[in-house]
Parts: sequence; C-alpha cells; structure tokens
Amino acid sequence: MTGDHQTLALLLFSAFVAVTLAITTWVSRHRHGSAEEFYAGGRLFSPMENGFAIAGDYMSAASFLGISGLIALYGYDGLLYSVGFLVAWLVVLFLVAELVRNCGRFTLADVVAARMSERPVRIAAGTSSVTVSVLYLVAQMVGAGSLVALLLGGQGEAAQTWTVIGVGALMVIYVSLGGMRATTWIQIVKAVLLLGGTIALTVLVLVRFHGDFDHLLTSAAERSGHGESFLAPGLKYGADWTARFDFISLGLALVLGTAGLPHILSRFYTVPTARAARRSVVWSIGLIGGFYLMTIVLGFGAAAIVGSDAVRASNAAGNTAVPLLALDLGGGADSTGGTVLFAVVAAVAFATILAVVAGITLASSASVAHDLYASLRRRRAKQRSEVAVARVAAVGIGVVAIALGLLARDLNVAFLVGLAFAVAASANLPVLLYSLFWRGFTTRGAVWAVYGGLIPALTLVLLSPVVSGSPESLFPGVDFHLFPLQNPGIVSIPLGFLAGWLGTVTSAELPDEAKHAETEVRSLTGAGAA
Amino acid sequence: MHSSNGHSRVREGGPGGPDAVGSTGSVRYDDPWYDALASGWGESDPAPAPAAAPAARAEGVTAAEVYLEVQRSAAFQEVRSQYRRFVVPAVVGFLAWYIGYVVTATTAPALMARPVAGAVNVAMVAGLAQFFTTFLLTWAYTRHARLRRDRAALELRWDTQEMTRGTRSGTS
Repeated sequence: MTGDHQTLALLLFSAFVAVTLAITTWVSRHRHGSAEEFYAGGRLFSPMENGFAIAGDYMSAASFLGISGLIALYGYDGLLYSVGFLVAWLVVLFLVAELVRNCGRFTLADVVAARMSERPVRIAAGTSSVTVSVLYLVAQMVGAGSLVALLLGGQGEAAQTWTVIGVGALMVIYVSLGGMRATTWIQIVKAVLLLGGTIALTVLVLVRFHGDFDHLLTSAAERSGHGESFLAPGLKYGADWTARFDFISLGLALVLGTAGLPHILSRFYTVPTARAARRSVVWSIGLIGGFYLMTIVLGFGAAAIVGSDAVRASNAAGNTAVPLLALDLGGGADSTGGTVLFAVVAAVAFATILAVVAGITLASSASVAHDLYASLRRRRAKQRSEVAVARVAAVGIGVVAIALGLLARDLNVAFLVGLAFAVAASANLPVLLYSLFWRGFTTRGAVWAVYGGLIPALTLVLLSPVVSGSPESLFPGVDFHLFPLQNPGIVSIPLGFLAGWLGTVTSAELPDEAKHAETEVRSLTGAGAA
Repeated sequence: MHSSNGHSRVREGGPGGPDAVGSTGSVRYDDPWYDALASGWGESDPAPAPAAAPAARAEGVTAAEVYLEVQRSAAFQEVRSQYRRFVVPAVVGFLAWYIGYVVTATTAPALMARPVAGAVNVAMVAGLAQFFTTFLLTWAYTRHARLRRDRAALELRWDTQEMTRGTRSGTS
C-alpha cells in the first residue's frame, strides 16, 4: 500500500466526513428538540428512504469485507453466512415490522410495556437492548480500528487507537446533534456509496470473465488450491461435529437475531404508517439481497483473480480480499485506476462503519433515556427533558464503546457480530413475539423471557473457548471453558422462549384480556398508532 | 410531505375535526406517501356512522371495552385470520427450508457437492434458491396484505379511533 493510496483514501474519507457533518448541521437547522424528532426523525421518511436507511444500517463492514473475504478463503462456506443474513428479513417482514410500527413509539420496550406492569418490563427490555447494542458497537469499533489501520498501511497501535477514538467522537457528534434525521441521511448516503462501489466492482469482475459465471467458478476453484471442494460446503465448518453445531448455532442466531436488533426495530418508527414500514422492508430486502448476491461474485472473483494465498498472506481473516481485488481490477498496484479503485473501496468501508455505529448509538441512547432513565430515576428528582438525557446517553455510550473497543482490539469481529445476534435472538425476540401473539402472556413471563435469554447467552460465552482455553481466546493463559461452541444461540434461544413460557404459567397474575385485545387490535389495524 | 398532516391531526384529536370513517369503498387505504394529492385524511367527508365495527357510543364505555368489542367483531376476526392464514404457513415453511439447508450443508457436504451443470453444484443451486424464495415470499406477502388486509384494517383503524375518542371525552 503506497503513499498514493493513502493520500487519496484519506481525501475521500475527509470528503465523506465533511458531507455527513454538513448533512447533520443542515437537517438540525430548525429542529424542535422533541422526542418524536430526536428518536424517530419526525416519522416522515418515505418507504424508499427508510428502505435505503435500513439497508445502510444492516450492511456492515463485516458483510462487505468479511463475507467476501470468507468466500475468497473458504469458498462455499462463506456463502452460508450471506444466506442467513438475508433470510432473517422474512422474520422481520412477516412477524415484526408492521406490528411493531403500530404498537410502539420509540423502542422495543414500548411494545411489551403496553400490556404489562410497566416498570420491571421496561428495565428488563432496556437492559437487554443496551447490551445487544454495546456488543454490536464494540464489534464495529474493533472492525474500524483494524480495518483502517490495515488499509492505511499504518499497522501500528497508535493508528488503531486514534481511529477508534476518532470514529467514536464523530458518531457522538452526529447522533447527539442530529438525532434520527441526521442518522438516517448518513445511512442513505452510505447505502448508496456502498451499493455503487459493489456494483462497479461486480461489473468489472464479470467483464473480466466475459460474463461467464461458470468460468469464474472454475478459475476460483483452481486458484484457491482446493479444487472442486472449494465450491461445496465443508472447508470451514465441516471439520468435526463441534464445528458443525457451531455453524448451525450461528445460523439460528443470524436468522432469528435480526428481528431483535434495537437499531433495526427503531427504524420502523421513522415512517408514518405500518404499510410504509412494510414497503421499507421490501425495499431493504431488495437492496440487501442484491448486495449479498454481489458479494458472492466479489468473493469468488477475489479467489480467481487475486488468489486465495495472496489474500491470506495480506490478512489471515480475509478482510482485505475486496481491496486487493479492487487494486487488481483497476489495473494493478502502480496504475492510476488501481489506486483510485483501492481508495474508493477503503473510503466506502470507512463510511460503512461510521454509519452503522451512528445508527446503533442512537438506538441504544433511546433505550437508556426512554426505558431505563424513565423507569429508574428517583421520583423526587427534577424532571429533565428526555431528549437531553438521550444526548448525554449518546455521549456516555460512545465513551463506553470506545473504551471497550480499545480493550477488545484483538477479538475477532465476525465473532462479536455473531454474539450480538445471538443475544438479540435469545433476549429480545421471545419477549417481542410472546407480547404480540400470546394471549396469556404476563409480566413475570416477560421479565423471565428477557433475563432467561440474556443471562444464559452471556454465561455460555464466558464459558466458551472464545474466552479461555485455546490459543486464539481472550485469555489464552487460563482454561475454564465448559461449553464447546463459540456461538451460544442453539442453547440460549430455546432457553429464552422456555423461560418466558415458564414465567407465564407459574405467575399468579391473571393475564389482562383487555390489554391483550388492545395490543392485538392496535398491532393489526394501526388504531391509535403514534 | 404535508399529506400526512391531516393524518396526525386525526391521531391527536386536534382541530382536524371528525375524520372520515366511512366504511364505503371510497376510503383511501394507501399510505400518505402514495397519494400526495389527497388533501388530508380528516377533510373529506364528515363522519358517517362506523359500520365495519359495531357502534359503541353508549355513555360510560371505557377504552378497554372498545378494544374488546372490536376484537370480537367479525371485521377484525377476518383481518386477523387473513394475516395468520398467510403468515403461519409461510414462517413454518421458510424456517424449515432454511434450517434444512444449513443442516444439510454442514452434515452432508458430499450430497451438496454433486455437480448439476458445469461448475455449478447442488450447493450453489440451493444457496441461490434461498435468495430466490426470499424474494418470492416477500412479493407474495405484500401482495396478500395489499389485497386481503389493508382496506379492512384501515377501516377498522378509523372506526376504533373514533370509538375510543368518544369514550375519552365521555368519561373525563
């Protein structure tokens, strides 16, 4: 990576930062400071805008660089990831998007608390939302640090530290000044940039192979050194039964976790009606599906053009496959085309991380202010405006995420993302589905469902080989791992559902028929929707 | 942008006045983004009596009773069963198809490696089929909702809001 690349990439980064800061100031020029405005952007986005924003929130750098890299290294097993990330949207579309838009105001807890005794449910749902957000946030910060350090050539610790701090500071500025409106526009700009960059690279790969997908696959298999088995599953997850169960666990977490991610749920509140929420999910399924189809071409293209060995030599996890592919497609390391394409890819990856981070920070500040602060503040305390609390919370979460991001610098990004999905699927999804669809669900059931998913998920991770007992774990020196899998989903997701059921059948409280009727009528018709 | 102003006025019970709750086919069921010319939900016709859901205008009716009554009404039962008739089989179907795919891919790689045409094997076809079925189900769901649910749900929405507003001003 020569100086030319770095200069150009830095220029493009700065342009993106300047443009997004301009957007932030522009949209917050006459803001009202109301909660409606800060958390939901006034609920006036169109389905297409929101669809792009959802896609922007969802397509992280882990997808863009990580999945293509996995395909370039392991062939078909990388593709398994992208299928899970896409199919998950059917859960969101069928069971969650419209109903949540109709029942809630700003957060997941709104939907649950409408039926239950409010305080304990809000605290539980708020806690799990913040936990999921922080895990996801740390994954993005770690990704930003290692990625930018890698792309800019400065592999040193200092570059990484400053990137994490810089990304964190920028996101706090975006979120606390601009609220949902600015965050949404940043997502839209980022989604357009990311899709544009991906389309350009895909077209170049296909042109290189004269549009012959079959030829692309055979060349990829040849250059990978694995031959035919590169195109079939098993290279990464087929070694033994532990690896297989690990992947099945991850697959479950991916498909069920998306519908429990707080920053995805909060996006449905930015459109005026449930029908608009449905249309925005349709837009985002189209965009996300198209994007993952293109990452397949990029992944196999990187294996065929750059070669798996060259990718592995540059970064063992495969994260640099796409930048290397761009360099080659543009005409090689010394050409202008290669330099420009490389810098564009680097800038797009950076924009991706920044936008995802802003979206999550906003969602978790909403959970802190709207759920936790509102339930926990002392009754006598001076009533503060919720939006002011949310702005402070955004700063606080930013600081926590920066600190954890610096501590967790050496953890695998894909693992952290998978963990966030597993916690979301175990703690948030059961309580959400039970409240929407189960007539007999009670307050105790809701509280148990949240903690019964959250605590096992986190405990199993602590006892997994990720934390101790293997050379790659967080504490390689000690060994207290009892649970063989890296991803807890296959155990903790059923536990979350089970705990919710158990809490409900053992509780003395009779379910409130009228509250259930209200939730059902409102969720399906939109009566009284905010 | 301004087309939804009338809409929000209805919601907040502001000066928009009585809103259109006619259960006739003339009610617009599109969301505000797709009929920008509509001058607002509230202005069109002055409220005729709600017909889709039973009228609950009696004095002293609480909001809880309104929701229970709407829930029991035939119109709502129809919306709910239409929703479930599509969603339940669809969720079972795609979850089984996805989990079956993941389990087969991890436990039976030999089966997945069988060639189909050229370099394309069973695994590649199954993976692309997952993408295809996702797009197909998305299309089928929106079509079903648009044709079978949206109109009835919107009528119920205005009727219910009208009834609860009556209770609120009646009881306070």
